[in-house]
Parts: sequence; C-alpha cells; structure tokens
Amino acid sequence: MDVHLVQDITAKTIATEAMKKGYGRGLVEAGKRYDNVVAASSDVVGSTGTDAFAQAFPERFFEVGIAEQNLVAVGSGLAAMGKMPFVAAYGAFSPGRNWEQIKTTICINNRPVKLVGTHVGLSDAPDGATHQMLEDIALMRVLANMTVIAPVDSLEAEKATLALGNYPKPAYLRVARDDTPIITTEKTPFKIGQAYVYDKGSDVTIIATGRMTYQALLAAEKLYKDGIDAEVVHVPTVKPLDAETILKSVRKTGCVVTAEESQIAGGLGGAIAELLAENHPVPMKRIGMQDRFGESGEPKELFEYFGLDAKHIRLAAHHVVEKRK
Amino acid sequence: MKQVYSVEQLERKANDIREDIIRMLEHAGSGHSAGPLGLADIFTALYFDVLKHDPKNPDWEERDILVLSNGHCVPVLYATMAHAGYFERKELLTLRKFGSRLQGHPERERLPGLEATSGPLGTGLSQAAGMALGLRLNQQQHRWIYVVTGDGELDEGNNWEAIMLCAKYKLSNIIAIVDRNNIQIDGPTETVMPLEDLRNKWEAFGWHVIEIDGNNIEAVIDACAMARAVVEKPSVIIAHDVPGKGVDFMEYDFHWHGVPPNHEQAMTALHELRTLQGKIQSEHE
Repeated sequence: MDVHLVQDITAKTIATEAMKKGYGRGLVEAGKRYDNVVAASSDVVGSTGTDAFAQAFPERFFEVGIAEQNLVAVGSGLAAMGKMPFVAAYGAFSPGRNWEQIKTTICINNRPVKLVGTHVGLSDAPDGATHQMLEDIALMRVLANMTVIAPVDSLEAEKATLALGNYPKPAYLRVARDDTPIITTEKTPFKIGQAYVYDKGSDVTIIATGRMTYQALLAAEKLYKDGIDAEVVHVPTVKPLDAETILKSVRKTGCVVTAEESQIAGGLGGAIAELLAENHPVPMKRIGMQDRFGESGEPKELFEYFGLDAKHIRLAAHHVVEKRK
Repeated sequence: MKQVYSVEQLERKANDIREDIIRMLEHAGSGHSAGPLGLADIFTALYFDVLKHDPKNPDWEERDILVLSNGHCVPVLYATMAHAGYFERKELLTLRKFGSRLQGHPERERLPGLEATSGPLGTGLSQAAGMALGLRLNQQQHRWIYVVTGDGELDEGNNWEAIMLCAKYKLSNIIAIVDRNNIQIDGPTETVMPLEDLRNKWEAFGWHVIEIDGNNIEAVIDACAMARAVVEKPSVIIAHDVPGKGVDFMEYDFHWHGVPPNHEQAMTALHELRTLQGKIQSEHE
C-alpha cells in the first residue's frame, strides 16, 4: 500500500502545525456532515482547538466550566439523546481526573462519547509534570469498549476526528499542543483500527504511535546508513490493535523497538509486549517515558533528556538486532 | 389511556413493593435495605402516576426519563418496574445472581427501561444535564427528566458541578428528588459530612426548592406537579423520608444502609409490612 508521505521527511524545513488545528478542522467538517455531532469543553475551548466548532455551531456547543467529571458525564447524557458528543480538555485533566466517570457513564453504559485529550505527552513542556499527560494511553486502554487513537500530525488528527464523527463506540483521541512536523498528506490513508507500514524494511520493526512515528522515520534513515534496514509501522489506533499488520512485520524482522510519547508501562510498549509475548516473542526495547514524571523545559530539551527521540530509537534498534543474533 | 389510581391503591402498591424488596434482598444475601424501603412511596408515585411511560414500549420516544443516581437503591427501581409491568415479578428473585438482568447496580444495556448506568455516586445529575441539553436540541423539552439522588451522595463534588450547569442552562425540565433520609453508610449525614442548610444551598445554586414528606405519596405527586410548573429554572424536591420505612427494627438505623435481612429478619419484616407494624390484621400471610 502506498502511504503517500511527504517527499522529504528529513528536511529541516518540513512544515509544522499544532495537531489541535487538525482536530478543529475535522470537528467542523464532522459537524457539517452529521447533524448530531455536538461538543463541550471545560473552560478550554480555545486552547483545545474546539473554538472553530463553537463558532460554526454555537447552539451545538456547551461550556461546562472547569469541571472535567461533569464534562464526560454530560457527554454520556448527550449521547443518550442521540448526539455524538466530542468532549475536549487537557489530557492531564480529562481523562486524568475523571476516569471513573468515563468507565461508568461512558464505557459500561456504552455511549459513543468522543474524549479529546490535548496537550498530551511532553507537549505541554514548560508547564511541568502536573500538566504533562503521559499515562492517558494506559488509562484508556484498560477500559473495555474504549478505542484509543494517537495521530502523528495535524492532517491525521483531522482525518481521525472526521472518522470519529460517526463512529458508534466510545473513543479517546490524544493530540499534542505544540507545532508538529506534518509528514502525511491528504492522500495518506487513515482508518480506525488499522496500522500502516510507513517505511518498508527487513532487519528490525520499529512500532510507533503519535508523533514518535516521525522520530522513528528519522531513526530508520540513520539506521539505513548503519547497514540496518528498519521497517517503521505507524500505529495510530493503539486499541484495538492491528495485530495482523504488526505480527506480519515482526515475523519478518524478528526484533522490535516501540516508540511513544507516554509511559511505556501500559502504553503502546505495554500493548505490543502483550501481543508479542502471547504470539511471537522476540527481542524488544521500549522507547518512551520510563516510569518517571516530566518537568519544565522546552519540548526539544525534554525529548532529548527523557530519551524520546530518533537517537534513542536508533540505539535501541542496534541493541535488539544484536540480541537477535 | 393512562390508568388513574386512588391514593389508597397507591399506598397498597408501595407496601407490596416493600414486601418484594425484602424478599429480593433476603434471597440475594447482599444489598441495601434502608434506602429502597424509604424510597418505595416516591417510586410508586413516579411509576404509577407521575411518569409518562409505557412498560410495553420502554424505548417510546415521548417517554419521561427516570435517572437513578444512587444506584445502590436499585432494588426499589426493579421492584417498581416489575409491578408496573416491565417484566415478571418472579425475575426479582434473580437480583445480584449470576446471569441476571438485575445487576447489583443498574446497568442500562442489560434491562430495557433503565435509562442510565449508575452506582459510583454523583453522576446522575450530570447525565441528566446532558440529556436535557440533547432534548433541547431535539426540540423535546416537553419530556421530563426525574433524577433521584441520595442525600449522602451530595458529598460528591461532581453533583455540584452538575447543579451549577443545570442552573446555567436553565434546564427546567429536570426535576431532582433528594432522598433526604439523613443516613449514609457510616452514620448520620450530619455527622459524616453536614449537608445543612441543604435548602439554602440548592437555592443559592439557582434551583427552585420544594420540601415534602417523602413517604406521603400524595405530597410526592403534588410536588412533581408544582415543579413542572416552574419554567425558569430546574427544580429539586427535598423529600424527607424514613430510612427502612415500614420495618420497625430498620427505621432510622444507619446500620441497615448497606446490609440485607437474614431469613428470620425477613419474616419479621414481612409480617410488619402486612400488619402495618401490628396495627391491623394481615389479609394474607
């Protein structure tokens, strides 16, 4: 399958955009296509990118104040009346603060509420550990009935939002705050539940989600020069996992590196470890947050300090290739 | 055509529902006794007079909606629904058993007629607020949403988030009913976490407040009618009722909040319910 990525991923001049803008565009488009799409926010309509929808459809937008527990349970009630609610907040607060309400009123209750967590990973860098949401993939992944999506850039965030506009199940969409390289194009495919091979290879599989897929592609470029032909699998849907695509790649390469902007425990790394341990155990390394909290700084500084970059993916790939022998 | 019951008929029905609650809880071997018994009059009033609903068509698009926020009181909801014709009364004895539609706390998808999943406290009003906003968009504001909440449940901050939102959007088709029985699991509400001045709290948050004797069925029906006449803000009925109502050894005793009667206690309770605590001759044993 041709994934139609931008021509030169490694270019220093690669265009960037905040993912929330893609989410905002997708939500407006979903609102145009589907009359039942509504949105709510907890005093973060602008900073989450929900303002575009609120301006386009003022009667279909609800401001609940700084009240994330209420936000998601109100979403459940809206869904009960046939609406398709998108409820947006900083990931640190939703799903950070309101996990039980999500479990009871959305997941057990099986209402198709769409949770949008923004400022996730290390992207809320200067705000420090309290505002950096690194546990959201783990928190949402353990909930039955829940779908978990982490796009790589603003274009994929837009496609994911539009796809969620008529998706009949509960779902969580995580989007980063700061400007993010745009590596996909209008033609790049996106389907909920599907993983994509972004770079073909045969020596090691690098499985990445969210923005770390960009770092994985940069690492693959360097690895090629090192004599290692890496395959990069982009996993925008962490749950349900596309086991078929992932296992096919791992059976070919025999070793794996995972990469994510979140806690590896329970995150994508955890999900892949579970899949491979039961189906095809191979040497594996997980790149992501290693059981620590973040701190204030610039995004680039934090990515480097916590080892969430191409350099560390490259080292990990060498390690697992060596271990496989 | 809606059937109209006399107050006396409703009072008998409430008593029958109490008997079923005792049988269910004894058979289940776990569950909450005091709250459901105290709420039997309110639920009888709702399902046999107040609510627009059709037990044969639980998804009727014009129905009123009942959200039980304090999900642990669900035995009274199940028993009342069975009496109203949603399902056979014999199914009540499956409460809390493996494979039953009557889960320990209400799960919407398991039983037609349940409007929400609840149990963890404090989310009923939030869900109702979302429903009311949805009804507004659907131009169905003529449908009423009744939310039953516990009083101890009001310790949960989530409630006050919802209370503010309902006032902000003037969700006047929401009628909250507070089960003001003054007990919670660890003791009297005013000891565990004082709620008073409860009336003034709701009023200060922008709600119309009505206070009644929650064990007086006529008062419940009248209060709901008064609440429906308030169009500029949501209404709350603070229903002062007796926990464990109808069973002498359970009444007012917070120890009966979260436990069921054993066989002997159930027999005593049923006898008391049939004789109005020894005041009359039982018609059936």
